[in-house]
Amino acid sequence: MTPFTVLTSVAAPLLRDNVDTDAIIPSREMKSTGKTGLSAGLFAPWRYLSAGSRNPDPSFVLNQPRYAEAHILLGGDNFGCGSSREHAVWALAEYGIRAIIAPSFAPIFAGNCIRNGVLPVVLDRESVAAIAAANQPVTIDLAQQHVEIGSQRWSFAIGAEAKAMLLEGLDGIELTLKHRERIAAFQRADRLARPWIYFSTQS
Amino acid sequence: MFAKLWDQHVVATLDGGVELIAIDRIFLHERTGAAALNSLRESGRPIADPSRVFCVMDHIVDTRRGRNDQTLMPGGQAFITETRSAAREAGITLFDVTDPDQGIVHVVSPELGIVLPGCTLIAPDSHTCTQGAFGALAWGIGSSEAEHALATGVLRLSRPKTMRVTFTGALQAGVTAKDMILTLIARHGAGGGKGHVVEFAGETVTALDMEARMTLCNMATEFSAMTGIVAPDQKTFAWLDGRRYAPAGALRTQALQQWQTLHTDDGATFDAEIVIDAGSIEPMVSWGTSPEHSIGISGAVPAVAPERALAYIGLEAGQRLAGTPIDAAFIGSCTNSRLSDLRRAAALLKGRRVAPGVKALCVPGSMHVKRAAEAEGLDVIFEQAGFEWRQSGCSMCFYAGGESFPPGSRVISSTNRNFEGRQGPNIRTHIASPEVVAASAIAGCIADPRKLRS
Repeated sequence: MTPFTVLTSVAAPLLRDNVDTDAIIPSREMKSTGKTGLSAGLFAPWRYLSAGSRNPDPSFVLNQPRYAEAHILLGGDNFGCGSSREHAVWALAEYGIRAIIAPSFAPIFAGNCIRNGVLPVVLDRESVAAIAAANQPVTIDLAQQHVEIGSQRWSFAIGAEAKAMLLEGLDGIELTLKHRERIAAFQRADRLARPWIYFSTQS
Repeated sequence: MFAKLWDQHVVATLDGGVELIAIDRIFLHERTGAAALNSLRESGRPIADPSRVFCVMDHIVDTRRGRNDQTLMPGGQAFITETRSAAREAGITLFDVTDPDQGIVHVVSPELGIVLPGCTLIAPDSHTCTQGAFGALAWGIGSSEAEHALATGVLRLSRPKTMRVTFTGALQAGVTAKDMILTLIARHGAGGGKGHVVEFAGETVTALDMEARMTLCNMATEFSAMTGIVAPDQKTFAWLDGRRYAPAGALRTQALQQWQTLHTDDGATFDAEIVIDAGSIEPMVSWGTSPEHSIGISGAVPAVAPERALAYIGLEAGQRLAGTPIDAAFIGSCTNSRLSDLRRAAALLKGRRVAPGVKALCVPGSMHVKRAAEAEGLDVIFEQAGFEWRQSGCSMCFYAGGESFPPGSRVISSTNRNFEGRQGPNIRTHIASPEVVAASAIAGCIADPRKLRS
């Protein structure tokens, strides 16, 4: 996973509440069992003039020339709600979006972002609106936990684990497997306490 | 109750408030399962305990009679065949396309007794919260998290906040669990649950049968909750009796002792509390493009409503919903496709006909449900009324590029999401209970099932 440290980019405003993962990538655009080849389907229902076509709708924010190089998205409340499909984040990351700033995120989507090097930044609605209104390049510094435009600065909160995973591009499975002895010990005790949970005899 | 569930699964407490939480059951399906299994195989990591991993073909399978691996979704067959080979190689239990146990993951897991009170269960599917109805901590995750749990048997989690939603009093006749959860979301917003574990409590919830509790918990994800849970009780234990994977004999006796402790103690506190008077709830129907855009069926689209949603759905602010003509009616999905759902719809359809020009479809939640419904003659009632009667699967709850309704159709649907394009490009979805779907199918327009009864 690509580490996330400091990012400077224009921020494309998509200030709608409840942007769902069906809009980020509709099921019909999930054409293979892999994690790649998804960016063309990103926001397909809004980005293209008709279903199945690839004719850009000029009114959609990512089709506007000034946001062509945007690596940051500004969103509304409950961003990424709906289906758990990680394809939504794979499509965003493949397209080049590395951070999303929104008043709140749906929980599964936020988790998927962190697993794929995409930073979900929670700022209140007024701050997101101010960043959109400024319409200038935005700098996000994860280590310092702030968003900056010139002299304006907004601080954000993020869990210590999510921060470390993003900053260092860590593999969660590798980290967890360091605790395999503790996991095995838990299961030995748990097999005695809750034998009905287990179907096999060996750990 | 949440604390009891959580604490029992804490394997280790790490830096930064992160805990390793033991995962008791993992479910996969063909739409996202192959991605996780293939990625795991490529990393060279084995599955920690394949005996506790299950996989089902439900999302894109054909629901027409005589089905096989071919599906109407372009390229869909690869999802089925790749998932099958990955599942076989991994040695996990697969409920395949033509298996008599096949069905929607959140219908199959409870009916086989795979979900149990007090267990943790995850699946790369947002509606995994359905299974919280059994007093399990069951929630949806992404493919990477699924891979993590497959490889390690645990997930890295921070303790979530808790919320209690208490329903008081009795439901009016014709009002269901679907209307309870839509009322909660309509009043408190699609983001109202904010990652909390939501315990559904109160006399109204206790009075619900298990299938209704599943409907209630199913849409916790539409409330942006991590999951929903209901304290297990005698109904839960009785429901699980004799199910294939549920404990029997001495093991059941031992399990029961623990399961009976899984309730919220007096004086327990929650990070948030909501109380809803169940008697104030009407049959609900959605008017817009988020489940929070829902109102009582006698009501009207709000005077101030988002223009974008109105433009998509083709309604005007202040317009009454009842009487709006529909093109199609769908009964199915992990929300409302169980035997009790089909019985209640059939009770309204019996001796009546779907209005001319309305395409109507019933897709049972599992092959078990389908066979049980047929044993009662429900299939005959549906077909005589003009509904198609299908094989089980997720079907038209979402559009994957295959089967859909004619472009621009207005659909009354017992599903869980009315997002733009969810059921197909420009399809306008109104979500509601099976009763409202049945009554509307007969009337040819959005209709109140209570008026049909009398």
